[in-house]
Amino acid sequence: MQDFTRRTLLQGGTALAATGMLTGPALFDFAKAWAQSSPWKAEPGAKLTVMRWKRFVPAEDDAFNAMVAAFKTATGTEMNVFSESFEDVQPKASVAANTGSGLDLAWGLHTLPQLFPTKVLKMNDVADYLGKKYGGWTDAAAKTCKQGNDWLGIPVATNGGYMTYRKSALEKAGFKEFPKDFPGFLEMCKALKKNNTPAGFALGHASGDGNSWLHWVLWGHGAYTVDQNDKIVINSPETAKALEYCKALYDAFIPGTASWNDSSNNKAFLAGELYCTANGISIYVAAKTDASKKELAEDTYHALWPVGPVGKPTELQLALPILAFNFTKYPNAAKAFIAFMLEKENYEKWLDGAQGYLTQTLNAYESAPIWKADPKNEVFSQASKRTLPAAGIGTVGEKAATAIADFIVVDMFANYCTGTKDAKGSMAEAERQLKRIYR
Amino acid sequence: MADVALPRAKPQMIEDSAWTRLKHNRNWLGFWFMVPAMAFLIFFLAYPLGLGIWLSFTDTRIGRVGQFVGTENYEWLWDDSIFWLSVFNTLLYTTVASAIKFAVGLYLALLLNENMPFKAMLRAMVLIPFIVPTVLSALAFWWIFDSQFSIISWSLKHLGLINQNINFLGDTTWARICVIFANIWRGVPFVAITLLAGLQTVSPSLYEAATLDGATRWQNFRFITYPLLTPIIAVVMTFSVLFTFTDFQLIWAMTRGGPVNATHLMATLSYQRAIIAGQLGEGAAISSAMIPFLLAAIMVSWFGLQRRKWQQGENND
Repeated sequence: MQDFTRRTLLQGGTALAATGMLTGPALFDFAKAWAQSSPWKAEPGAKLTVMRWKRFVPAEDDAFNAMVAAFKTATGTEMNVFSESFEDVQPKASVAANTGSGLDLAWGLHTLPQLFPTKVLKMNDVADYLGKKYGGWTDAAAKTCKQGNDWLGIPVATNGGYMTYRKSALEKAGFKEFPKDFPGFLEMCKALKKNNTPAGFALGHASGDGNSWLHWVLWGHGAYTVDQNDKIVINSPETAKALEYCKALYDAFIPGTASWNDSSNNKAFLAGELYCTANGISIYVAAKTDASKKELAEDTYHALWPVGPVGKPTELQLALPILAFNFTKYPNAAKAFIAFMLEKENYEKWLDGAQGYLTQTLNAYESAPIWKADPKNEVFSQASKRTLPAAGIGTVGEKAATAIADFIVVDMFANYCTGTKDAKGSMAEAERQLKRIYR
Repeated sequence: MADVALPRAKPQMIEDSAWTRLKHNRNWLGFWFMVPAMAFLIFFLAYPLGLGIWLSFTDTRIGRVGQFVGTENYEWLWDDSIFWLSVFNTLLYTTVASAIKFAVGLYLALLLNENMPFKAMLRAMVLIPFIVPTVLSALAFWWIFDSQFSIISWSLKHLGLINQNINFLGDTTWARICVIFANIWRGVPFVAITLLAGLQTVSPSLYEAATLDGATRWQNFRFITYPLLTPIIAVVMTFSVLFTFTDFQLIWAMTRGGPVNATHLMATLSYQRAIIAGQLGEGAAISSAMIPFLLAAIMVSWFGLQRRKWQQGENND
């Protein structure tokens, strides 16, 4: 657990200052002015315990810590912040929800606030305030946090994953630009393999990478796990086509993708074994910050996911919502902190610190400086707009989150691609697993 | 002198209270001494087991209290191909790994029981896999069997024996072999050292007498070592089977049950369903389904031990 002090802020500010951002006294002055005019006045003696996901980009952590310290000084609220790995946030938040103690705020993945809607503090006023001020929320972000007309949490950001490729390999394979449709993408993967510069996408139990690209293939063919009424529709001709397409891709991939976890493609790409994959910007950031990988960084580019036969983007990007528990003793402080996080003066600096790893969910931040700071960042600015919610076209909630966590779609594709099951068997197994979850 | 009947004071009987009787009754005293141990067993062993079994009859999720749903979780598992695959994997993993661990462990124990140079150092070396934290060794094996960066593939390629990397963890058969290998590596020291301790209790005079009678080395093992070692083998193999059957860390760190669930054990599937996917009731049902298998393993060794009554001076049943 971290207790934020002026010293913490100044330490974080050192890193931020290097990128020319608002730090130190200026940030304190802004925070004080904000606290004076804020619609939510923190309760006297307020103390907030915040659990967040563990940062992947150190500069993002610095920006976050600086913001927390400024909030503490401006409002007098004690802030205890600690980090957990993505997979541990949900269970720990749930324990807090069950016991009614331990945490005030939890910042996690996908549909976290939907898991215990009766235990969260309604955020309608915060969402309304921020939405009006910053050009409204993206569609998927709102769906992730809303239940009916109520906001169960605030969609702070989206962790965007996009095509990461080596330009030289693409050109050698005869492609001047990254393909924009499924057939072109398949041809490119085949050509890359022929040149011994293969592509590869995780087909193992990789919570982020595996789920995101395989849902893209599924949805791109017009297939879904459930329809708008949560009726299970996975066993369909569209799914069969998606399986065929995925098998063709798998055959063109680097061998071993069936065993890949979330770190495998980063590792292979940075080692020069892999030439195209789907990932957050972390591969590029790692290459940029490593002097020995300068050439690789220069050759690395990003592209949007190609569009499938359905003719529109069908991406699954990782939503990062925050919630406050309704048993917190300091609801105003909690709301004030969340609103403060997303104010322009904080949020753009924070995005900058994340270097493209985080994408805004409020439309006004599309023009944040980070997206123009490096042309290779730009595609990530669209992650929140192009993504579908985790449930696809179905209801956002615990069942959809369970289906993703249980790797139903990943296993269906892996079964078929590795030859473990035929198309009918793969779809039947996925259908059976979905019935178990949606019963 | 005439006897004079002196009035004798009738002894006054003090009625003991029930509490006093309880305090002085030896049987009750025994009971009071047992209470701390009973409380410990109930709260720390029986209660979690009972709670787990209760959860398996509910639809409890992480984040909300569940309702009693009878045997619904078990009914769904009965028709769940992934569950049955995990049962198959668990039995395969346990049987193969335990058998090989026993064979290798026994061989090492016999070897280390002989007089040889550097014996103490060799005994210490056998313990190395056991002192490395499980997750650390799992990560090492993950690297060794990595599809792209395996040292084995790299060496074989440089020796000109293979043209492309072996897909160790990406192929279902290879993945099963790899996790079993890692478990054997990790489990052999426990078997070897425990059996070695057992071997050291066998009196050398038995071997001397047998040798004078012309017994071969095999006959020495078959008719002296093996019978005397049987109780230790029963205990060691019971624990070895229990540890292997309930293994979690190795699998989770190396494969997370993949590829395509080919290495999912019941323990890892239970964790995935209960904690990662939030379905505590279903995860508890998978865990509870492990109990009959574990009881069977314990029963086999228990009754195996009971049959060795001759060691207490009785005949074999």
